[in-house]
Amino acid sequence: MSGPTPISIAFLPLTDSAPLIAAREKGFAAEAGFDLSLHRATSWATVRDMLVYGQVQGAHMLAPLAIAVTLGLSQHPAALSAPFKLNLNGNALAMSTEFAAALDPDPAKRIADPEGAAHDFAAAIGLHRRKPVVGIVHRYSSHALMLRYWLGYAGVDPDRDLALRVLPPSLMVEALRSGEIDGFIAGEPWSSVAVAAGLAEIVAVGSRIWRRGVEKVLAFRTDWMEGHAGMVDRFLGAMARAAAWCDDPAHHGELAALLARASYVGQPAATILPALEGRLLLRPGTAPVAIDDFMIFDREAANFPWRSQALWIYSQLVRWRMVEKDETIERRAADVFRSDVYRRALAGSDVPMPGASMKVEGAIATPTGVGSHSGALTLGPDRFFDGRVFDPHNIEAYLAGLSAK
Amino acid sequence: MRIVIVDDSGLRATVLEDGLREAGYDDIQLVPPLGAWVAKLERMAPDVVLMDLGSPSRDSLEEMLAVSRALARPIAMFVDQSDDQMIGAAIDAGVSAYVVDGLRKERVKPILDLAIRRFNAFARMQADLDEARSALADRKTIDRAKALLMKSRDLPEPEAYALLRSTAMNQGRKIVEVAEALITAHSLLGGTE
Repeated sequence: MSGPTPISIAFLPLTDSAPLIAAREKGFAAEAGFDLSLHRATSWATVRDMLVYGQVQGAHMLAPLAIAVTLGLSQHPAALSAPFKLNLNGNALAMSTEFAAALDPDPAKRIADPEGAAHDFAAAIGLHRRKPVVGIVHRYSSHALMLRYWLGYAGVDPDRDLALRVLPPSLMVEALRSGEIDGFIAGEPWSSVAVAAGLAEIVAVGSRIWRRGVEKVLAFRTDWMEGHAGMVDRFLGAMARAAAWCDDPAHHGELAALLARASYVGQPAATILPALEGRLLLRPGTAPVAIDDFMIFDREAANFPWRSQALWIYSQLVRWRMVEKDETIERRAADVFRSDVYRRALAGSDVPMPGASMKVEGAIATPTGVGSHSGALTLGPDRFFDGRVFDPHNIEAYLAGLSAK
Repeated sequence: MRIVIVDDSGLRATVLEDGLREAGYDDIQLVPPLGAWVAKLERMAPDVVLMDLGSPSRDSLEEMLAVSRALARPIAMFVDQSDDQMIGAAIDAGVSAYVVDGLRKERVKPILDLAIRRFNAFARMQADLDEARSALADRKTIDRAKALLMKSRDLPEPEAYALLRSTAMNQGRKIVEVAEALITAHSLLGGTE
C-alpha cells in the first residue's frame, strides 16, 4: 500500500467525541493505515451539511439526527448509515440555581430517584416566574428525547409546558449566564462547566432516565459507505480499539487531558474528567456524587448498533409528532443502524458479537449473559426509569401505553 | 424580495449588503444573532436568509423553520440541490442560504452567486488584513530592537538595521526573529528600553 489512507471526520466539542480523538491521538487510526483528520464544528447543522455534501467522509452525530436526515426531516434528505455507536449516555440536565431550589434539596436524591424528580420538576414549572426556557442542542438530539421521555412521565408536555430553545452545546453556558435560558440538557462537559461556573445544578442525568441510552453514532453517507467497504471495515476496527482504550479507567486522566486541548473540547481537564469517571459535581461547592455507568464507550458491546435502538428513537419521533407512523418510515429508520456492517467489519476480531440484532429494550434489571457469536457478552441493566419495556415488534402497543398515562 | 443577512461579523454583513444593493436588491436587513434574534427574524418574514455555513446560530434558525407557522413551509438549502457545482462553491465559500419554498430558483441563483463571491472576497480581505496586521507588528518589533542597538552600542539607525539584517542573513533567520531574540535577551538581562 502506498502511504496512509486519508479520512476526514467532523465532530462537535463534546466529551463523547473521545473515541475519534483517541483514534487519532493514540495511533489507532494510524496503525490501521489511516491519516485521520478531525474537523471541529460548532453546530450540528454544520456537521450535518459537511457530511451530506461530502466535505467529510464521516461524522460524530446525534443518533436521532442521523435518522432524521435519512427520513428527510432535517433539510436536504440523504441516506445516512450508523454502523458504530460512539457511546451510551453521558449527558446531564443542568438547571439554574433558582429553578433547582424548587426541587428536592438533596441533589444526590434527585439523581437517585428520577421518578420523584420528574414530578418535582413538573411542579417547579408552575412555580417558576415564567415558562421555563430549557436549552436543547437540536430538535433531533438524543438527550432532547430523553428529556421529553422523563418529563412526559410526570404529565408534562414539553412542547406546551416548556419553551425549548435550540442552541449548540458550547453556547449553553453563556446563554444560562445571560438569563436567556433557565437550564439545558447537553452532552458533557457542558453541564459540568455550568456547575463549575456556579450557574447551575445538575438535576437529572440521561443514564438514570435510560440506563443504556443511545447517544452519538459514527455516521457515513450510505452510498459512500457501500462504495468503500474495505476502508470502512478497517476504520471500524480502529474505532473499536480506540473505544476500548477510552473505556479503560486507567486511561481517563490521559483522555481528559487530550480532550482538554483547545482544538478539541477546549475546557479544563478537571471539568472533563468527572463524566469519564462517573463522579459528578451536582451543585457548586458540594462533594462529587458517584453515578455508575454515567457514560459508556465500549463495554457490553456498547458500539453495536442494535436496530431496536433505532426503532426506539423512531417511536419517540412518532410520539412527539415529528414524523408520522408508517411502516415504510419505520423500516427506513431501523435501517440507519447498520448492525450488518458492524458484524462484517469486526468479525474475527476479539470484539464480542451479539447473536441478535434486535432486542427488547429496557428489560434487563441485572447483568445478564446473552447469546454471542464470539467472546462472552454480558449486558448490564438497560432499564428505563419508569420500568416500561420497549418491544420493537410491537411499537403500536408501546405508544398506546405511553399516551394512556 | 426580502433578504435577511444573519452574521456576527458586522464587516462581512456590510460587504454582502453592499453587493446586493449594487445588484439592485433593496429590501435587505441585517440581523446579528444575539438575544431574541430568531423571533425578530420570524417577524421580518424574509424570502431568503443568508448566513455563514459554520455559524453556531444555524441550529436555532433551523428549529424556528421547523416549528414556525409564520413562514411559508420553508426552506431549502443551496437553492438547487441538483447543482453540485454550486453546492460545492457555496460550501467552500462558507455560505448557507435558507430560501422560502416556492421561490423560483432562477430568482435565487444570482443572490447565492453574489453571496459566494462576496464571502470569498471577504475571506481574502480578512487574510490580507491579517497579513497587514502581522507586518505592522513585525515592524514594531524591529523598531524596538533597532532602538536597543542604537542605545546600547551607540549606533546610528541605518547601521543598527544593517546589523540586524546581516545577523539574520548569517543565521538563516528572519529579521523579526533576530529582533525578538534581542528584545528577549535584553529583558532577561534586566535591561530597560
